[in-house]
Amino acid sequence: MFEIKGLSVNYGGIEAVRDISFTVEEGTIVTLIGANGAGKSTTLRTIAGLVKPRTGSISFMGENITGKDPSYIVGKGITLVPEGRKIFPDLTVMENLRIGAYLRSDSIEDDLEMVFSLFPRLRERSWQYGGTLSGGEQQMLAVGRALMSRPKLMMMDEPSLGLAPLIVRDIFSIIRRIKEEGVTILLVEQNANMALQVADMAYVMETGRITLSGPGNELIKDEAVKKAYLGK
Amino acid sequence: MNREKRNHLIRLFVAIAAVYLAVIILEMTLRPTSILFTVLRKGAIYSLVAVSMNLLNGFTGLFSLGQAGFMLLGAYTYAIFTIPADVKASDRVYRYYDCIIGFDTGALAGLIAAGLVAALFAFLIGLPVLRLKSDYLAIATLGFAEIIRAIFQWDVLGPVTNGANLLREYKDLSRITLPFTDIPFPPTLFVFIVAGISILLIVLLINSSYGRAFKAIRDDETAAEAMGINLFRHKELAFVISSFFAGVSGALLAAFQYTVQAQQFESMMTYEILLIVVIGGIGSISGSCIASFLYIALSEWWLRGLDMGKFLGIAAPDLFRSGFRKLVFSVIIMIIVLFFSRGIMGDKELSYARFISWIKGFGKKKKKGAAA
Repeated sequence: MFEIKGLSVNYGGIEAVRDISFTVEEGTIVTLIGANGAGKSTTLRTIAGLVKPRTGSISFMGENITGKDPSYIVGKGITLVPEGRKIFPDLTVMENLRIGAYLRSDSIEDDLEMVFSLFPRLRERSWQYGGTLSGGEQQMLAVGRALMSRPKLMMMDEPSLGLAPLIVRDIFSIIRRIKEEGVTILLVEQNANMALQVADMAYVMETGRITLSGPGNELIKDEAVKKAYLGK
Repeated sequence: MNREKRNHLIRLFVAIAAVYLAVIILEMTLRPTSILFTVLRKGAIYSLVAVSMNLLNGFTGLFSLGQAGFMLLGAYTYAIFTIPADVKASDRVYRYYDCIIGFDTGALAGLIAAGLVAALFAFLIGLPVLRLKSDYLAIATLGFAEIIRAIFQWDVLGPVTNGANLLREYKDLSRITLPFTDIPFPPTLFVFIVAGISILLIVLLINSSYGRAFKAIRDDETAAEAMGINLFRHKELAFVISSFFAGVSGALLAAFQYTVQAQQFESMMTYEILLIVVIGGIGSISGSCIASFLYIALSEWWLRGLDMGKFLGIAAPDLFRSGFRKLVFSVIIMIIVLFFSRGIMGDKELSYARFISWIKGFGKKKKKGAAA
């Protein structure tokens, strides 16, 4: 469904991503794990069209989307939940969700209902300003906002960042539920343990390269991964 | 929720109708030379330009300082379009040049043309300038306004702009008539209607999905882009629309003043408007309106005595002389900025509920004070 071939990205003068290739199968959860500065976020930002790649190709559902504008890519059904949530603090929860559906011209009532059933907390707070929500609620809002564009592929950049362990568990169970709704998920995480548990397929990135890959439940047992990322 | 919304709309409508009714009654009863009319007209004109600036600075997060330049474009367009053709041909206005614009239009066409010319310039300038951010954008737009002011006084453009000389005898407020008749239009009401409709259009825009996108860009550009909002296109749209209404307000200002000269539209004017926006609250439409009427009333009326030797019944010609008003005015502004750091309204709008709770809060504070 989604394929990256030989992608290299320069970011602020540094070669942040070097010749990586991977595929994402429809209806699966794929995760990219790795340390700070490994190039995971840059990869996602490039797919979303926020950064232009130097070389390589990105294709989605058979179409080459390399170097296209973000609005085009969102319109094609790829959406990004940015790192650090980046909700709109001075818009209400409802307005945040409506912005998520900005490119759509059809009725969004069903999708609002779907988001509110996933996150009942957001319904209670729909009139509140985004900036007044707690960290966990903001993450829910960021996910809900992304779902409003009715994505086929949802990319999440460190959804567990800065959240309490219990809330992280909630977020991951929601990721599973979103997958059951038929959305393919590409997940970037530093919390390798959680990420590998939910992932169907996992790639390990180091200094801009993919060094290891395999199904999540196999990598979680891999000695090298254990040593480097799981702290065991 | 829906009922509340409807009640809110009804109250809003009643309040606006009351304002217009008051304007009509005042115009029928008071002397036309009353200072109150000056304050009302200029206040309404500044409300419009402040709201248009707020659309950029408060709602889209673009720090632009070109407002005076767009007002100048509007004022000149309006004046040049509405000077009667025979006046243009004579030496009464264009004494040193032969005017090359041989036609004239009515006031309404002049107003719309004023907006369109300002919008066109905004579109062209926006192409390079809107790729800049924050302070750089402010400097570029400020520079544009200064350049425009200089160009309009340039000799070579004399056949159009009359060089550095005054433009007059156009459709100022005393010459505007009801459509298809010779009956003069009540001048204050005219200003209020034009400014009111323009502000209403801006409010509708802000509450539309475009308005939401503007606010999203203001809050977080990256996230807005990731949602599929085309940053440049939306910034350009906000810039062009804001400039359109700045142009309209410039045209109104021209009509209000009876004469127009490029000299007047210096950067000080932009700062005045920026001050109004900040005092009213960045991101509050009603705040901008309230602040501009307050600002104009203070500077044109209430503090006048400070320049004239007598203020609040105190005669002190040594102290209260020319310029003292500005000093007191600056102190007032400092106090406002210190104690209302987010402006009078913050980023909220005036509403019945807020007004009632404010009154109640005021009563409570008083009671507490009495008990102590």
